[in-house]
This record gives sequence, C-alpha cells and structure tokens, in this order.
Amino acid sequence: MASASTAVPSRGASHTARRAALVAAAACVALVAPFLLYPIFLINVLCFALFACAFNLMMGFAGLLSFGHAAFFGGSAYVTAYAAKAWGWPAELSILAGLVTGGGLGVVFGWISIRRQGIYFGMVTMALAQLVYFAALQAKFTGGEDGIQGVPQRSALPMLDLTDNRVMYFYALAVFLAGFAVIYRTVHSPFGHVLRAIRENEGRAISLGYDVPRFKLLAFALSGALSGLAGGLKAIALQIATLTDVEFTMSGEVVLMTLVGGVATLTGPVVGAAVVVAMLTYLAAFGVWVKALQGIIFIACVLAFRRGIVGEIAAMLERSRQT
Amino acid sequence: MAGRRKFGAVGVACPLLVTSRDGELLILQPWAIETSGLTKAFGDFCAVKDVTLRVRRGAIHALIGPNGAGKTTLFNLLTRFLPPTAGTIVINGQDVTTLAPAEIARRGVARSFQISSVFPHLTAHENVRVALQRDLKTFYQFWRSDRSLAVLDARADALLESVGITAFAQTRAADLPYGRKRALEIATTLALDPSILLLDEPMAGLGMEDIEKISDLVVSVAQGRTVLMVEHNLRVVARLCSTITVLQRGEILVEGAYDDVSRNPAVIEAYMGQGHA
Ligand SMILES: Nc1ncnc2c1ncn2[C@@H]1O[C@H](COP(=O)(O)OP(=O)(O)OP(=O)(O)O)[C@@H](O)[C@H]1O
Ligand SMILES: [Mg+2]
Repeated sequence: MASASTAVPSRGASHTARRAALVAAAACVALVAPFLLYPIFLINVLCFALFACAFNLMMGFAGLLSFGHAAFFGGSAYVTAYAAKAWGWPAELSILAGLVTGGGLGVVFGWISIRRQGIYFGMVTMALAQLVYFAALQAKFTGGEDGIQGVPQRSALPMLDLTDNRVMYFYALAVFLAGFAVIYRTVHSPFGHVLRAIRENEGRAISLGYDVPRFKLLAFALSGALSGLAGGLKAIALQIATLTDVEFTMSGEVVLMTLVGGVATLTGPVVGAAVVVAMLTYLAAFGVWVKALQGIIFIACVLAFRRGIVGEIAAMLERSRQT
Repeated sequence: MAGRRKFGAVGVACPLLVTSRDGELLILQPWAIETSGLTKAFGDFCAVKDVTLRVRRGAIHALIGPNGAGKTTLFNLLTRFLPPTAGTIVINGQDVTTLAPAEIARRGVARSFQISSVFPHLTAHENVRVALQRDLKTFYQFWRSDRSLAVLDARADALLESVGITAFAQTRAADLPYGRKRALEIATTLALDPSILLLDEPMAGLGMEDIEKISDLVVSVAQGRTVLMVEHNLRVVARLCSTITVLQRGEILVEGAYDDVSRNPAVIEAYMGQGHA
C-alpha cells in the first residue's frame, strides 16, 4: 500500500530492505560519531535537526511556511534554562516545560495566523515572533544581552552524568529520536493523511467536510511543541539560552536547513541541519563570508535544487528504478 | 432517459415522512435546496442578483447560462465558499446561510469544481480514501498508525470501480487522463455519500465517449440523491435534467422543463444562439 508520505512511495520488499539498510547505517553513524567528531558539534546538530524536522512538519507536510519558528525554539530555550537554573528543576522536567511553552506559543501563533493565506500568513508569524523577541529582550528573567548561562545539567536519573559530553550526546540523541518518532507517526497517521490532502488542495479538503483551520492549528501546536522540545534540549545540552535563539535569523536558518535537506522528506531536515551547522562551525573562521555562502546556498536551493539533498537523491533513485 | 424525466414529478409540495437509519422520524422537505433573494456583489458588480431558486428533492436540475452568468458564484454561495451579500440558503429545510463551508459539506452537500479538483500527488485510491476517512472520526489522531485506514480500502476500491477507474487505482491523480480525473472527482464526492450533489461542468473538456460515460455515471449516482449541475452541453442537459434554470447576468431568466425553456425566445436569444434554435 502506498502510504509513505516521503518523496519515495513504498515499493514492496526491495524498498523495505533498502530502508532497513538505511536505518542500520544511520544507527552506526549515530553510535560511532561521538568517538570521531567533537560531541558538542554533534549535539548542536541534533538540536537543530529536531528543530528543522519540527519546522518541516508544518512547511513540508502541512504546506504552511512560517517565518517565526525562532519564537518557539528560543522562547522554550529560555523557559527550560530558567526552570533548570532558577527553580532547580531536573533536565527532563525543564525540557518538558520547554515543550509545553512551544506548544502553547504554537497554539497562539496558529490561532492568529492560520486564516491568512500565503505571504500574509508568513508575515503574521514573523510579526508575532518579533513580539516574542521583544519580550525576551525586555523581560528580566531572560538576562538581556547575556542570556541565561551556565544552565545546570542535572538529570532526574542519578546514574546519568550529563556533564560528560558523550553521555550528553546520547541523551540528546534519545530526545531527538523521541521527537523524530512523533513526527514520523504524525506524518503516517490518519491526521497526517488529511494534512497532506489539505496541502495538496485546500478547497477540495474543505468541500470534503474537513475543518481545515483546526487541522492547521493542530499542526501548528505539534510543530511548536516539537520546536520547543528542540529549544529546551539545546538549553540543557549547551547550557545556554540567548537572544540568538529567538532572533529572526534563527527563523531563517531553519528554513534554510529544511530547504537544503529537502522539504517534505522525513530525513531531509536532519541532513540539512548537519550541513548548515557544519558550515557555521567549521567555516566560522571566514567570518561574515559564511553569511554570504549561506545566501548563495539558499539561492541555489531555491533556483536549482528545489528538492534539496535528500529529495534529489530520492528522485534519482526513483528514476534509476524506472529505467 | 424518459425515466429520468419523470423524476421531476415525484416531489409533491408537501413534506414527506421518512425514517432515517437510526429509526427516527424525519420530515423531508420537498425542496432539497431553497434560496431566497440570494445576492453576491463584488464591489459594485453583482455576480448573483436576487436569486430565488428551488431544487426539488431527487431531481437532476440543470443550471445553465452564458459565460460569466454567475453559475460558479452561485455554487460558491450554496457551499458557503463565498459569503452572500444578501439572501438566505435553506438546505433540507434548515437555514445554512451562516454555516462554515466544511459544515455544509458535513450536512450532505458535496460539490465538484469547474476545474477538476483532485489531490494531485495522491494516488486515485488515496484520493477516495481521504474522503472516506471522514467516517472514521480518527482524523485528528496524529498518534494512531495509518494502518488503521486499511479498513477503508475495500470501500475505496468499490468506489473506484463504480466510476470505472479500477485500473488506475495506484496512479497518481496528476497523471490521470482528464476524463478519468473527472471520474475520480465524482468517486471522491460520492465517498461522502451526500444527499445533494453540486456538479460544476462535469463534462467540460471531455470527448464524446467520456461525456457518454460521465452522463451515465451522473444518472446512476443521482439515484436517491438530488443533483444540481452546471452544464453547457445542451444535449446532456436534455437527456439528464428534469428542470432547467437559466441564469443571465446573475439573475434567473427562466425556469422550467427542457422543452419549455428551449423554446423560450429570451433564452434562445441570450444563450442558445442560432445553432440550437
Ligand atoms: N472573486 C471574484 N471577484 C470579482 N469578480 C468575480 C469573482 N468571482 C467571479 N467574479 C465575476 O462574477 C461573474 C460570474 O462569474 P462565474 O464564475 O460565477 O460565472 P460562470 O457562470 O460560472 O461562468 P463560466 O460559464 O465561464 O464558468 C464573472 O463576471 C466574474 O468575472
Ligand atoms: Mg463557472
């Protein structure tokens, strides 16, 4: 049954085998990576990969392009950081607080924006995100320009020493996988199928009797909550929440990650996040030129590689299978 | 074809008593759709003007008129895709003027669109199934596996078969030939088991053979349903429809049986032209 929502529809046994091989390969990479690469870099990748996947749930699978996702990511990072530092909450509870914050903001943003179409929708999300940024700038608890630093890394499970970078990596990996599993299930759920129909043809979906705004609102809430999960994880894993997380550039960066990896593919945003974070980390020495490079990649993606890395590969495989 | 024509006479002007599936007594109005004074203005321009239209339950009712007469706009009003400027809409005896479009759909009013409207990247099977999914009431459940939708597969296949596109079940809707796309659209619409079908030019752009097929399809799906269709092809109208309403510049010009309407001089002048006189 063709139920896969990714670019490649499932094609029986050979496809299942190929997917199993891919999952196994990804598992190997995830297990070996912290012994080859700098764990902090990998943790960064995981946080942004989750963020980009959450964003893609809306952009790719619901067809809603938001320019305000930094509000969920950054807003939740502040809440998690504050809960862990000021109230002494354990990491899990603090991250959960971040998730709830993201979901709540998602509902508010959705409530206000979903009745707008196209560019107006994007503008409203952007304006709302600016309000959140302003609040973060003005509020006392966010620590102004310094942000909240030195966030404690204390798990409710005493045997987990999160201050060990490798332990933290696997902790972040677990959170990422949990979030990814939720996204995977959402895409492959009765809800996901209707969402896809709405993205494909909204008028038709309405005429079938679906309350389109409600579906969009739920997509918004889920995307916000998962972005919040990513933001909360980031606050604990990197021990910091700052204005950078909630700034407009962050909203743009997550769009870039998703585009680079492949919109409406499940794994695209993960690849995109890895590419963008690697670029920002390893090319940091080039200063502002990184920004220019980012711009060029952005343009290339929009003009030439619409499908992104994963999307292009999937399309190539599809073609080779047909010939 | 003669059998079809008789249908118009079935509805009498008093409520019919019917029992629903749950056994409760329903009072069925003789009119499936009743509008009064329905008006839609776009700025200064009135696309639909003071339209009082009644569609008899069980009929196949045609809405004809020249390009830009306001037929599609009227459909958009009836399905609440557009809010009316003035007037009321009563469907199955209930005032639905202020309801949301999705709510109208849930009350059993299904529509097709003038430009074929499918979910292009879903297969034909998936197109129908996503409509059937409404019955499951699990459509907000993002935590449930889509394997739960397999219970709909048999019904989806049956619907595809009923419109004769079984062979295309696994074809993406975008890749279907035009005639099949229209058939798919009808199958998707039927998945809702609507009591009222609004079809906006279901034959437009089709060849002779497909017109024949879709006409037969309309006749068979009209069993136990009310159909209001916009159609330019007068041969089709003559064959299928018991009542015809002619719209011109947003207003009803005449209404009646095909023979009466086609002999009406105003209609001949406004719409039919020399070719059909
Ligand atoms: N959203 C809109 N805004 C402004 N004018 C509109 C709008 N929709 C329709 N119109 C105008 O209303 C008039 C009626 O349009 P409509 O589409 O209802 O005609 P129609 O009878 O369906 O014609 P056709 O046979 O070409 O499909 C046209 O003049 C059209 O330009
Ligand atoms: Mg029209």
